Amino acid sequence: MKSLLLVLLLSLTALSATAQVQVKDPWVRATVPQQAATGAFMHLSSPADARLVSASSPVAGVVELHEVRMEKDVMKMRAVPGIDIPAGKGAELKPGGYHVMLMNLKSQMKEGEVVPITLVIEGKDKRRQTLEVKAKVKALTTTGQGETKKH
Amino acid sequence: MRRFSKWPWILLLCAAAAGCGGDEPKFNGIDVTGADWGRDFRLQDPDGRTRSLADFRGKYVMLFFGFTHCPDVCPTALTRAKEVKRLLGADGERLQVIFVTVDPERDTPVLLREYTAAFDPSFLGLRDDTDATKRTAAEFRAFYEKVPTGAGYAVNHSAFTYVFDPQGRLHLAMPHLQSAEPYAADLLVLMKRTS
Repeated sequence: MKSLLLVLLLSLTALSATAQVQVKDPWVRATVPQQAATGAFMHLSSPADARLVSASSPVAGVVELHEVRMEKDVMKMRAVPGIDIPAGKGAELKPGGYHVMLMNLKSQMKEGEVVPITLVIEGKDKRRQTLEVKAKVKALTTTGQGETKKH
Repeated sequence: MRRFSKWPWILLLCAAAAGCGGDEPKFNGIDVTGADWGRDFRLQDPDGRTRSLADFRGKYVMLFFGFTHCPDVCPTALTRAKEVKRLLGADGERLQVIFVTVDPERDTPVLLREYTAAFDPSFLGLRDDTDATKRTAAEFRAFYEKVPTGAGYAVNHSAFTYVFDPQGRLHLAMPHLQSAEPYAADLLVLMKRTS
């Protein structure tokens, strides 16, 4: 009984810790057969400063955090070590900005499917927690503009 | 639907601009009419046939560079092209969209065909070996370079869309950060001027 209570208490603590960072509207861009990479997009928010430091997914061999920028009409994409989630402000992972890059895809991402993604979030105290996200696969033609408004 | 309702206004404004000032309607994109670059290309379609601008006589061609490993800018450009075609209504049939890969290593003919068809069956993907790709980009004053991104690589590239008239003459370079409406408006102006 005592141990059960302890387990309950521990899981509650874990729940409150992960509940700090919230994920809204996670989605993955659909792919065509043979296409080896795609991006995952979402809105992250946190009451305290946090940072997304890595991600993984069973659908991809390699997962990285990427940033896309337009510099003098040149599209530049680069891997970043982390994405800051400022308290109250949050971080927007959207086309034309940050995304979770899913590479070496093991299968085609078909519209309507759900992709599990594990996010590793680091707090200001450097403590890390994981967050499980279920991202819906949206059509290849999704622009990402006004996507969150639709929901 | 809401986008559509803007149309009468855009047309009215264009008409007003032409009527009052006596000037021709201005382009939203960069007018590069008469440029001594971006004259032609010779690239392979997914069936292995060599294609050049002469194959698209009678069509307004919208051409841009990209790669399928790009999760962001390239699908946005292709989705915009699809939207431009829709906005043009019946005139959309006079449009040929061409996607030239700057990543021929990974973008196989089969993948390229599937990719462009996922946006619109009429869109055409072109590719060639590294040398021909380099030559084409140079002719269009387009920049691209392979850059490592952790485990893989990305291909940074200039994201202009080039617009040709039905005689294969280059007229416009449209910046990436513009929505479908100014693209469609420019095509309508160009269609009016060149028909």
